[in-house]
Amino acid sequence: MLELALKGSKSYWTWVVALLGVIGVGFLLYLGQLQIGLGITGMSRDVSWGFYIANFTYLVGVAAGGVMVVLPYYLHDYKAYGKVTILGEFLAIAALIMCLLFIIVDLGQPMRGLNVLLYPTTNSVLFYDALVLNGYLLINLVVGWNVLEAERNGVHYQKWLKPIIYLSIPFAVSIHTVTAFLYSGLPGRGFWLTAILAPRFLSSAFAAGPALLVLLCLFIRKTTKFDPGKEQIQSLGLTVAYAICINVFFFLCEIFVAFYSQIPEHMDHIKYLFVGLHGHNALVPFMWTSMGLMVIGIILTVNPITRKNETTLAVACALIIAGTWIDKGLGMISGGFVPNPLHEVNEYAPTLPEIGITVGVYAIGALVLTILYKMAVSVKEEVHG
Amino acid sequence: MKSSRRRFMKLAGIAALGLGAQPAIKAIAPAAGNGPQTQFSQGPNVLTARQWAMVIDTRRFKTTEDLEPMIEACHKLHNVPHFEEKNHEIKWIWETHFHNAFPDSANRFISEEAEHRPYLVLCNHCQNPPCVRACPTKATFKRDSDGVVMMDMHRCIGCRFCMAACPYGSRSFNFVEPLKGLVEKEINLKYPRRMKGVVEKCTFCVERLAEGQMPACVEASGGAIVFGDLEDPESEVRQVLRENFTIRRKQSLGTEPCVYYIV
Amino acid sequence: MNDKKWIVLGLLIFMALFLSPFLYNVVTGAKAAPMPEVVLTEKAKAAKQCVMPTEFMRTEHMQLLDEWRLKVVRSGLRDFTNTEGKTFNMSLSNTCMDCHSNKADFCDRCHNYASVKPYCWDCHIDNPQGETK
Ligand code: SF4
Ligand code: SF4
Repeated sequence: MLELALKGSKSYWTWVVALLGVIGVGFLLYLGQLQIGLGITGMSRDVSWGFYIANFTYLVGVAAGGVMVVLPYYLHDYKAYGKVTILGEFLAIAALIMCLLFIIVDLGQPMRGLNVLLYPTTNSVLFYDALVLNGYLLINLVVGWNVLEAERNGVHYQKWLKPIIYLSIPFAVSIHTVTAFLYSGLPGRGFWLTAILAPRFLSSAFAAGPALLVLLCLFIRKTTKFDPGKEQIQSLGLTVAYAICINVFFFLCEIFVAFYSQIPEHMDHIKYLFVGLHGHNALVPFMWTSMGLMVIGIILTVNPITRKNETTLAVACALIIAGTWIDKGLGMISGGFVPNPLHEVNEYAPTLPEIGITVGVYAIGALVLTILYKMAVSVKEEVHG
Repeated sequence: MKSSRRRFMKLAGIAALGLGAQPAIKAIAPAAGNGPQTQFSQGPNVLTARQWAMVIDTRRFKTTEDLEPMIEACHKLHNVPHFEEKNHEIKWIWETHFHNAFPDSANRFISEEAEHRPYLVLCNHCQNPPCVRACPTKATFKRDSDGVVMMDMHRCIGCRFCMAACPYGSRSFNFVEPLKGLVEKEINLKYPRRMKGVVEKCTFCVERLAEGQMPACVEASGGAIVFGDLEDPESEVRQVLRENFTIRRKQSLGTEPCVYYIV
Repeated sequence: MNDKKWIVLGLLIFMALFLSPFLYNVVTGAKAAPMPEVVLTEKAKAAKQCVMPTEFMRTEHMQLLDEWRLKVVRSGLRDFTNTEGKTFNMSLSNTCMDCHSNKADFCDRCHNYASVKPYCWDCHIDNPQGETK
């Protein structure tokens, strides 16, 4: 099926070449990082995880979000999604590849990465995270590929796929749950030490993933002969609306617990993020922007008039993607490390090379997504066109 | 020779399957297969304990200068690099304020004298260490024999999960080549350096304990730091703990730190 | 479908690339590099035997060192007694390099020949006495 990705218009190829260019730059920067060490990033012994792990966390959410089309279609027999499940699965593949790359670029000794499997450590959450992420990637590859191939050949997909498809649903939930457990199981990190962290991660995932899908669907409709469908986009929009509301609700629960109990360990991080701590307030404007974006997103998606209008829906989805990205990508990780365990405030900001490498990883993801979607859409055009 | 090659191939095969992580353990056994065996032992002078612990008498340290000898001794001995760039900082043992060392017991009004004392902080070699729980490769582990929380620098992948897990900020990461932070002439040739991309921290001077010496900071403290077996009621540490009121850092977290402070 | 010619062409290119080093040697008449010869220091000569028989050390020193490393770092065992009952401190810097203080003429010669680049010396000093070479 890969050959389908080799036939494209001029703009398709321009896009692919542009991505390859960005990937090349990112790769060169990464070679620099290998040479010099993680010292080229803005991380320190106080904020020991930064932009890479934050983006990893965000993308795990995007990957898990794909299940929001798989689940209604296969479990509730919601026929309309039949057209778009493949888009959800392929989005998950691209997101997971980025996740794994982000982990690798974050390692101090990437050549030893396989030690995680060589010395399996069952008490480490990272071990399980490696397992579920790779498992979910494999499932989506197998399912996505075979279902698409079957569709192309005009037959029903193989019987043995069905259990694997069902398996993908708990796996989607587990990847983000386990990722949340990476953080929420650590004593002495008050910001993460909360049982609602995993649910919070899931809710923002189920908002961001489908929101991205809405935008991708609109884009596909505009540029190809395949129409993912009005109803499908509306249903996705509704999912986004629910999920983003729940996400903000969970966040408010967090605020209540921290500020009504008045336990400093829990309040300090939130204070740092939203009003600044001891005069350090680099993230304050970002966090309020994020909140603002999410609230506007809620207004636009919950209100039926703006949701049913595809232009405003698209705007809402873009705002929600940006809002959740700031929330998780900037606030969630730095916020947990500031103040540090000795209650000192050392702030973190990503450096240019760090951002360059991050953009490079995103470009790889975009390339994978482009190729996979190109295949999927070509098959759809063949079959339905 | 042939058999050894075959054995090696087999071991490599097993390792490739991820089934055996310690093929090397058997690698030198056959050489001793017929005839006398090779042996590993602790060495004649080794100091042993079931759980090493430390008691720091903070009353004996009044000023920053009082702590310097200990910090110097440790960092010199272990080739701990020094970087001007704050982000790359590496430290095994350092000085801090009362409210940083004990953020949860810092009252607003406390003895001025105690508040202005400098406090030494280092890895607590916790009895229930979250860093060990978090490490995905067992590069950080707690030694069964004496409870020291150790680092295997050869195995560490530099994921820094242990740094997030330690609630005391005891760990440092080699963000750049550590050699850059060392003065060539001052390198202790008897002790290894580290490579970039791994985590490091205090080891309770296991290399000294193995040779019958007390940790470097204990030796440099002039008796203000006591070191010994926590599980031995007769040890000096237990004696001191019996006679003095001590506190530990963030005790409420359940990590069971093994560094005690007399305040 | 006439993919055949492409397949054959691809195979030919692959074969050409695969055989190029051999062809290069045939054409230029290059000979295999001579076996490296390692130099023993006076101290090493005087000791007659390493911690294990020379034959064993030549082929298995990496496994031995790996084992030593595991024992020292992970089990807290620091002494090694060989088959002859002699005891050594298991330390690359302080034991091995004490005798073989000529890394360039001892370790490196073979390692370069075999094109292996162990990173032991990133951390472990190659001459603990700090003698000038
Ligand atoms: S102080 Fe930190 S690094 Fe040391 S044992 Fe406890 S948790 Fe681990
Ligand atoms: S940085 Fe090294 S020691 Fe720390 S958790 Fe990762 S592998 Fe373990």
